[in-house]
Order: sequence, then C-alpha cells, then structure tokens
Amino acid sequence: MADAKISDSETADLEQFRNETRAWLDANCPPEMRKPVTSDTDVFWGGRNAKFSSEPQRVWFERMRDKGWTVPDWPRVYGGGGLSAAEHKVLRAEMARMGARPPLSSFGIWMLGPALLKYGNEAQKKEHLPKIAAGEIRWCQGYSEPNAGSDLASLQTRAESDGDDFVITGQKIWTSYANYADWIFCLVRTDPAAKKHDGISFILFDMASKGVSTKPILLISGYSPFCETFFDGVRVPTSHVVGTVNRGWDVAKYLLQHERAMISGMGERGVGRPLGQIAADSVGTDGQGKLDDSMLRGKIATFDVDEAALAACAERAVDLAKAGQAHPAFSSAMKYYGTELNKRRYEILMSAGGLDALEWESERSKQGARPRAWLRTKANSIEGGTSEVMLGIVAKRILDLPGA
Amino acid sequence: MALVLTEEQSMLRDSARGLISDKAPVSHLRHLRDSKDPTGFSKEFWHSFAEMGFAGLLVPEEFGGSGLGFMEAGIIMEEIGRTLMPSPFLATSVVAASALNRGGNATQKSEFLPKIASGSLLATLAIDEGAKHRPLQTSLQAVRAGNGFKLSGAKALVVDGHVADLLIVAARTAGAAGEREGLTLFLVNPAAKGVAIERTIMVDAHNAARIELANVEVTADSVLGEVDQGATLLDGVLDIGRGAVAAEMVGLSDEVFNRTVEYLKNRKQFGKLIGEFQALQHRAAELYVDIEITRAATMKALQALDADVAKAASAVAVAKARAGTTATRAVQEGVQMHGGMGMTDQFDIGFFMKRARVCEELFGDANYHTEQLAKARGY
Ligand SMILES: Cc1cc2nc3c(=O)[nH]c(=O)nc-3n(C[C@H](O)[C@H](O)[C@H](O)COP(=O)(O)OP(=O)(O)OC[C@H]3O[C@@H](n4cnc5c(N)ncnc54)[C@H](O)[C@@H]3O)c2cc1C
Repeated sequence: MADAKISDSETADLEQFRNETRAWLDANCPPEMRKPVTSDTDVFWGGRNAKFSSEPQRVWFERMRDKGWTVPDWPRVYGGGGLSAAEHKVLRAEMARMGARPPLSSFGIWMLGPALLKYGNEAQKKEHLPKIAAGEIRWCQGYSEPNAGSDLASLQTRAESDGDDFVITGQKIWTSYANYADWIFCLVRTDPAAKKHDGISFILFDMASKGVSTKPILLISGYSPFCETFFDGVRVPTSHVVGTVNRGWDVAKYLLQHERAMISGMGERGVGRPLGQIAADSVGTDGQGKLDDSMLRGKIATFDVDEAALAACAERAVDLAKAGQAHPAFSSAMKYYGTELNKRRYEILMSAGGLDALEWESERSKQGARPRAWLRTKANSIEGGTSEVMLGIVAKRILDLPGA
Repeated sequence: MALVLTEEQSMLRDSARGLISDKAPVSHLRHLRDSKDPTGFSKEFWHSFAEMGFAGLLVPEEFGGSGLGFMEAGIIMEEIGRTLMPSPFLATSVVAASALNRGGNATQKSEFLPKIASGSLLATLAIDEGAKHRPLQTSLQAVRAGNGFKLSGAKALVVDGHVADLLIVAARTAGAAGEREGLTLFLVNPAAKGVAIERTIMVDAHNAARIELANVEVTADSVLGEVDQGATLLDGVLDIGRGAVAAEMVGLSDEVFNRTVEYLKNRKQFGKLIGEFQALQHRAAELYVDIEITRAATMKALQALDADVAKAASAVAVAKARAGTTATRAVQEGVQMHGGMGMTDQFDIGFFMKRARVCEELFGDANYHTEQLAKARGY
C-alpha cells in the first residue's frame, strides 16, 4: 500500500532535518549542559522568581526557548517549535545522542499544556501556553487531598458560584513545589449533589490570590518539595474553568495520562554512565573485566535487559499513538513498569556504592546526592497514582476484568 | 522505523493467522502427538504454507523466494507461537535459508535456495553438542582428507534433524572448544555414509534429533563460508534464529495470556468471578505489561536485524532474554490461574508450558543472553 510507506522525499527531508539539528545542537548546547543532572537543584524550573544555577544553564535555556524547542511539538502560535511527530523524534534522538539536558522542566509542559491544547478555549491557550513555553509561569498541581489520594474523585474542596466568580474553600496535600509555583491547576467540587465524578471542575488560578497559603512537608530524602495547600475563600473568575463546568474529570484524566507517561520516563533523565561501569569503579573487576561481585553483575545485566526492552516499548507507545492505535490507559502500564524499574536502578546504585553511598552530608558525596535520589525514587510508584492503582487500571480498562 | 506494523505487515499477519488458526490449531499438535506421527508435522499443510510464499519468505526473489525481511519472518513465527504449530519454518525457512543466503557461494545458493522457497527441501542447522547452547564449545572434528574433510562427532537437539534433506553442521577445523577461531560450517547430506540420526521425542512434541557423524566424508565444495572463519557467519545466523524464536515466544505468551484472562472472566468461586479478586487482577496486569514490553523489544530486534544483522547482537540479546523470562512467567501464571484444570492434559495450557521451555533453551536461554549483554557492555 503506497500510502503506508513514507515517501522518499519525506525521508530525505527528515535526513536534512537531522543533519541541521545535529549541527545546531553541536554549536549551541554548552558542554556543561551535556552532563547528567546530579541533583534536584541542578534543574531549571522557570517561573516569576526563576533562578539559573549557572551561566551555561541560562544560555542553553534561552537558545532553546528562542527556537521554540522547550516544547518542540507545540504549534508555533503558542510558542512551540511546530515540529511534526517524526521531526520531534529526531530531535529527541539527537539530544539523547549528545546527552543534552532538557532546557526547562515544568509541570506546565508535561501536564497542563497537553490538557489545555485539547480542552482549553482559544483565549486560555493564547494566555497560558506561550508563558509555559517561555518558562515565565511555574505551575503546580492541586489534585490530592488528605482524604482523596488513590480515590481522587472523592475530593471535597468546594467551589461555590458567586456572580462571575467561584469562591474556593478547602485543602490540598502533596502539592509539589506549591511554595515556588505561580499558578495552580486545581480540581474542585462544583456540584456536591452530583455523583462523585460528575460534580468536579478543572480550574486555574494565581497562587498569589488572596486566601491561598502553603506549608511545606519534609520528605524522607530530606527535601521538602511538597506542601499542604490551603484555600480560604479564594475568588476565581468562572472563565478560568477549563472545559465544561462539572465535566472536569475528563480533563483531569487526560492530564493524568500525560503525567504518567512523564513519570515513567523519569529514569531516563538521570542517565549518566551505565550502571555496570559505575559499579566497576567501586567493586572492581576480575582479570577478565567482569565485576567482582557476580550476584551484583547478574542484577545489573538483568536490569539492562529490562531497561532496553522498556525503552523499545516507550518508543513503540509513541509510534502507536501516532498511528492512532494506542489504548488510552497504556500510560498506566508504562508508568507502573517505568517507576518500578527506576526504583530497581537506585537499589542497584546503592548496593554498588556500598558504604560510600551511605554518606548523607559531605562535600565528597555532594551532600548525599545518591542516597537522597534513592529515597526520592520510592515516591515514583506513589505519585501520579500508585503502582497498585496502575495495575488496577490495566486490569479493568485494558484487560476488561470484572469488578468495581 | 516505527515500531508499528505497516499495512502490508498487518495483512501478512492476518492471512497467516487465518490459515494457521484454521488448519493448525493446538488440537493439530495434540493429534500429531497422540498418533505418534513419524514426521511430527503435516507435510500437506507445509505445502499449502509454501504455496502462500511463506517457505521462501527470506529467500531473495532471484532464487524464487519473496525476498521479505526478518520483521515479516517474526510475524509468521508469532502466529506459529499462538497455535504451537509444528513446522519446518524456523529451521528451514529462517535459519537454514539465512545461513545459505549469507554464507553460500553462487553454486550453493542456486542449488538450495529455490528448493527451500518451493518447500521441497528441508534443511537445518546442527550446532549444540552439550546440554546448554554454547556455540563456541563446538568440538565436532573436521579433519582434512584429500580434497575434502572427514567429520566426526555428535550433535544434540537438532531441530527437524530427522526429516531434513540437508544438514548445516558446525565443526572444528582448528583450535579448541571455546575458541572463536577454527569453526567451519559444512553442508552435509544426511544420507551420507557414517551419519546416524535418532529422532528424539521431546517434551513439547515438536521435532528434534540427535545426530552422530562417524568419519563422514564431504568435499571441499560443501564448506559454507570460509574455512576456520565460521564464527562470524554463525553469529549472524544464530541471531536471526534468536529473533525468530523470541517472536514465537511473544505469540505463545500472548495466546496463553489471552486464554488465562478469558478464564478469569468466566470461572466462578466464592460466588464471584475469580477475575474480581485483586490478587489475580494485579498479577494479570503485571503480565500484560511484561508481554507488551517484550513485544516491543522483539520488534526492535527484528528491525535491527533487517537494518544490519552484524549490528543487531545487543538488541537480539535483549529480546531473547526478555522473551524467555516473559514466556516462562506467562505459562506458569497460566497454569496457576487455571487451577487444577491447568494441570490436566485434556486442557491445552500444558502444551504452551512445554513449548515455552524448549524455546527458552533454543539458541540460548535468558541467562546466556543477559551474560552476552553484560560482556558487550564491558562489565
Ligand atoms: C513525591 C510525590 C509528589 C506528589 N505530587 C503531587 C502533586 O503535585 N499534586 C497532587 O495533587 N498530588 C501529588 N502527590 C499525591 C499522590 O498523587 C498521592 O500520594 C497518590 O495518589 C496516593 O494517594 P495517598 O497518598 O492518599 O495514598 P492512599 O490512596 O491512601 O494509598 C495507600 C495505599 O493503599 C493502596 N491502595 C489504595 N487504593 C487501592 C486499590 N483500589 N487497590 C489496591 N491498592 C490500593 C495504595 O496503592 C497505597 O499502597 C504526590 C505524591 C508524592 C509521593
């Protein structure tokens, strides 16, 4: 079938795009930005109070932003790069090849952007998307509540209609970076009488609004990237609702698919040297170059097999989506596997590091970067929906197994 | 290359699936087993298979084949895995055809490839000698004698060895077991003097033979590729076989899994469908994820083989290792979740379990391939 094949001229165009991209990246990505990220503070998050941790980080961000490559596949009118899916794949491959870091990390890019592109009205898209692309506004996610975690749809934060405004009262929890964020995308209950999923709306507002307060929560890793977030009569114009009032669950679910896809790929962002080589540095090798700990070697090799297989599956997921053959719940399958695998990676790193990996506060250990990262990964199988919930979704939505 | 089947590939899959599930469902294998069929597969069906162009799928068009790729061969293997159809496809159409195509000289190609394409010649690779797949451990001796060689030694688990018209035998022309140098591939006529073939009835009711060679004389023309330099040719041919077996295991895993999920939706205990129990739901979901990841890894390996066999080793190791682990898990969970029913011969599940065990050993198990990956990555 001729139409199933990519024509020769398209292939040639793509090759040209690859060559140009490679040349541009070579000329524009500073050497410092080709090294793996070592800690959370090494990542650029943008926002009103944005801080660059280094000059190369600023240069890299600005160059990529000017090309629209903080969001390469978004339309140009919204500040994106306007790349086709095939071109985007090429760009990602070329960046991975040289180990280039993402220029900007942002919930706006990973989660809100895709939801706005699908459900937002034109005014909302024009207002918010370019600022996300340019890293001007930093977003946080107001989903979970103390009594609505896995059972997210039981959320209770109320939004009562008052003229052209909603008045929002309630509490959110685990709101990552709420204390640094400029705006929040938030799930609120707009119809308490309706069935659980039918009375929820998806709304956007400024964290500087009157009545918003946040209180950080300390994690086992010693970081406190999350907050409890309180809303006390916060007034938000009704025009800030994305999609239809009371139909926010659709938007919420769509956004979660993107969040899950993003979290499942989290391991990749930290990639530096292969595990086997890192381990060789600390445990040494025998005469044949084999790791001097055969059990550890076996674990690493099995991990490498699974990681390579997952990478193929992630690539296939994108290709399936492009071909319109993806199951909407497939991101749950990937999220489950990707996060469990990333936890395994850090267990191996800890065991390869031995006593050296136990240092918590010292210059040598970069303030315990490795053990802190290890502890942080434990949240991967909780945030964005727990592994148990992901397996439940696969069982019900994909395998169509019976029950609630 | 996208990791999605093209329209032509989907059509190929559909037509293979239609034919195989119609003419060779699991009951076909069961019948061959129960009747102790001397051939172990249906010759009649093999001919219809050949008429569809499948036997010569990898044979170049100039030799009467369809000149398709490893991705397409994998598609057929996956369908074969779904019904466990015993057939010469793997040994003849994939492995032997690739060996001849990659290593053969003009005479060898034009003599054998057209016959493979028409389905009239069965061929197989005789490689392993010990209990585990260790290609470099080959010690079957080939000593120069006059213009040719004399072969002596034994091979175990030669797929289709009892019906093959042509054996491709790995032998040592120099060096010692374990070394890369000194391996040579020979084309051997199974009817030649000194060849003894014993069919082994294997656990999976598929076909294999033990072969002994005692001073078997072959001419210099029967060398496939270069004398002493067979390891590289063998690497590529084996990788092709591994990719194909991985695809068979994906089909097998997927089928056993589908049957298990159906069972979870129908079997009642404690007044509930057993699929309502979360303990089983989560295990089923985990297995689904495993299979999808393995499918992608296998497609990746087949694409890598299509792009360049010599550069596909790591992708193939990943696929074969994953496929072995996943298939083992799929059949074990299949039996377990079927409860007592899963343990009965009357039920088909056990056939999948037995075939998975054989596929796991064929061309290297998960440990073997995991080890290869570690070595390739230098640790
Ligand atoms: C690092 C981190 C960052 C986060 N960031 C944000 C954020 O920015 N914004 C936000 O809104 N939220 C955020 N969250 C919250 C996160 O989404 C919730 O923690 C998560 O959904 C689980 O809810 P819970 O903590 O209430 O656990 P619970 O729902 O109480 O779960 C407890 C345990 O019960 C299990 N369980 C619950 N229901 C089932 C079931 N049906 N079947 C099987 N097992 C079940 C769970 O798997 C878990 O093991 C974050 C969480 C973490 C850890």
